[in-house]
Amino acid sequence: MRDEMLKDIISEENLVYKKTDLMTDNVLSYCPGCGHGTAHRIIMEVVDEMGLQEETIGIAPVGCSVLAYEFMNIDMQQAAHGRAPALATGIKKTWPEKFVFTYQGDGDLAAIGTAETLHACNRGENILIVFINNGIYGMTGGQMAPTTLSGMKTSTTPFGRDTALMGNPLKITELVAELPGTQFVTRQAVHTPAAVRKAKKAIKKSIELQRSGNSGTTFVEIVSNCNSGWKLPPVQANKWMVENMFPFYPLGDIKVNGELVK
Amino acid sequence: MGELKLMKGNEAIAEAAIRAGVDAYFGYPITPQSEVIEYLSSQKPEERTGMVLLQAESEVASINMVYGAAGSGKKVMTTSSSPGISLMQEGLSYIAGAELPCVVANVVRGGPGLGTIQPSQADYFQATKGGGHGDYKLIVLAPASVQEMADFIPLAFDLAFKYRNPALILSDGMIGQMMEKVELFDQVPRRTEEEIKKTCPWATTGKPKTRERNIITSLYLDPGTQEQHNYKLQKKYRKMEEDEIRYEKIECDDAEYLFVAYGSSARIAQKAIQLGRKKGMKIGLLRPITLYPFPVPQIREMIPRLKGILSVEMSAGQMIEDVRLAVGDKIPAEHFGRLGGIIHSPTEILEALEQKIIGG
Ligand SMILES: Cc1ncc(C[n+]2csc(CCOP(=O)(O)OP(=O)(O)O)c2C)c(N)n1
Ligand code: SF4
Repeated sequence: MRDEMLKDIISEENLVYKKTDLMTDNVLSYCPGCGHGTAHRIIMEVVDEMGLQEETIGIAPVGCSVLAYEFMNIDMQQAAHGRAPALATGIKKTWPEKFVFTYQGDGDLAAIGTAETLHACNRGENILIVFINNGIYGMTGGQMAPTTLSGMKTSTTPFGRDTALMGNPLKITELVAELPGTQFVTRQAVHTPAAVRKAKKAIKKSIELQRSGNSGTTFVEIVSNCNSGWKLPPVQANKWMVENMFPFYPLGDIKVNGELVK
Repeated sequence: MGELKLMKGNEAIAEAAIRAGVDAYFGYPITPQSEVIEYLSSQKPEERTGMVLLQAESEVASINMVYGAAGSGKKVMTTSSSPGISLMQEGLSYIAGAELPCVVANVVRGGPGLGTIQPSQADYFQATKGGGHGDYKLIVLAPASVQEMADFIPLAFDLAFKYRNPALILSDGMIGQMMEKVELFDQVPRRTEEEIKKTCPWATTGKPKTRERNIITSLYLDPGTQEQHNYKLQKKYRKMEEDEIRYEKIECDDAEYLFVAYGSSARIAQKAIQLGRKKGMKIGLLRPITLYPFPVPQIREMIPRLKGILSVEMSAGQMIEDVRLAVGDKIPAEHFGRLGGIIHSPTEILEALEQKIIGG
C-alpha cells in the first residue's frame, strides 16, 4: 500500500528532486537544521554530476562530521584532529590523477590543524579544502572555536569571548588567500536555495580546477550554523548567522585565478 | 652478488628505500638521521623510480602524510629521531588502529626532552609497548649493522603489508652515523596502480561501481564494536608472536652466562664476550632482531643451561623488563647500560657481568 503510494508520488512526472546516489541511505547524525548535511550533499552532487565517483578520495575530520564517510558514498579516510590536509597531501602526491578533498570544521582546520592547513596551502597542494565555519566546537558540546565572534557566548566563554584574553576570531580564509599556493579561495553559505546554488558552483569550479591540472589549492569556506551549540532553533540560528556571522565573515570570492579579489 | 658500497647507516636506509620500490617518503630533518632525507634529495628518486619525496612541516605532518598514502595502498615511509618520533605517536596510533602498513625508522638519540644527539636505546618502551594511546603494537626490528639498515627496509615492508600494521626500525645514532660496507639488493620495481588495487582491495583508490566504498578509519563509536576490533588486533599480535620472532645466537652452545643485547649494544657485547672468553668465562649472546615480538621462548629454552643473564642496553633498564618476564625468578637477570648518549665499553660490560651476576 505504502509502496504503491510512494511509487505514484515519485513517478517520473512528479519528480522534482532526487537524492544523489553518492549520498548513502544512512540517517545523518547531524542535528536538524545543521548545515553539515547540505554541505555533504552538494559536494556529492557535484562529484556525481561530473561522473567522478571512481576518481574521488575524501578525508573526514574530527568534529561533528567525523562520520562523513558514513554518508558520502565514496572512498574516504578518517584523519586525526586537524591532520586532514597532511593525509590529503600523502594521497594526492601519490595519486596525482585523483580528485582529493578534505572536509573540516573550524576547530579542526583553524586551531589544532593550523600548521597542516597553512603548509598544505603554501605548498599549493592540488587539493580542495572544504571548511565549515560555524564559530564553535559542535561535537564536543559548544566550546569556543578560533572563529568564535568577539563577545559570543560558548560553554568556555559563558560571559562572551574576551578578545583581550582569548584572542580575536581568526579569519583563516583571508590568511590562506594571501599564500601563493592557493588559486581559488571563496566564502559561501548553504542557508538558502540561492546560497546553496552558489556554494555548489564554487565546489564545481574547485573540482574543475583540480582536474584541469592547474596547480594550487582550492579553498571553499562555508559559513554555517550550529543551532545546538548556539542554543537556537534552526530558523533563528540562520537569522543569527546572517546578522552576526556574515558581517564579520562576508560571503563571496576572496581569490580567483590566483589573484586576490579587490 | 649485489652492488657493494661504503655507506652510513642513514644513507643505507635511504638507498634501500629507493631500491625497495617505495612509493613515497615524507620526513622532517633531525640529527642524527638527517642524512636519510639529504641522501634521498641528492638521488632524485622521482627520476630513479618515480618515488615521491617531500620535506614536511613537522613530524606530525610527515606521519599523517604517511597515514594518507598508506590508506590509499601506497608503500610509504618516514624516518626520524627520538623527539620527532614522540610527535608521531598520535599518527602511529591511528595507523595501527586503522590497520595500515607503513615503515618508520627511529635513529634513537639520548633523552628525555631535547636530550643529546648521541646514540641511545632509551626509546625501547615507546617502540615495543605501543607508544601512543590505546592497545596496539608495532612490529619492531633492531638492526645491528649498516647492512641490516638496508636489508630491514624491504623486510619491514613485507611484515607491514603481511599484517597490515606499522613496522618500526629501531636503530640508534651510532648505526645511523657509522660507515660500513653494504651489499645492496637489486632495484625492485614500484607496483603499478593496477597491482595496488589488486593487492590492497581495502585501500582508498576511488570507488568503482563494482565494489562497496572503502573506508579507512580507527573510529568505532559503539564500545562493543570497538572491543571486537581490539580483539581482532590482539589476535594479529598473537600471530606475530608465533610466527615472526627473529633473533641471532652467538657463542651460545656452551654458554653459562648470557648477554641479551640488540643493535649497537649487541656489537659491543660481542667484544665483551671475546674478552671474557680469553679469561675462561663461557659467555654467549642472544641478540633479539625483533624487539616486538620479543624472543621470549628462545630465552626460556636456554634457562636450564644458564647461571645468569645480563641485559645490556643504552638505557636505564627497559628491555630488562621483557627479559625478566621471560626468565621469572629461575636464574638471576640484571641490567647494565650507560645513559643519556654514552656508549658502554666492552670492559664495562664484562665488569658488570662479574659484579652483578657472577659475583652476585
Ligand atoms: C587531539 C584531540 N583533541 C581534542 C579532541 C576533541 N574534539 C573533538 S571534535 C573537537 C572540535 C570540533 O570542532 P569543529 O572542528 O569546529 O567541528 P564541528 O564539530 O563544529 O563541526 C574537539 C576539540 C580530539 N578528538 N582530538
Ligand atoms: S552540534 Fe552543531 S555542528 Fe554539530 S550537528 Fe549539531 S548543529 Fe551541526
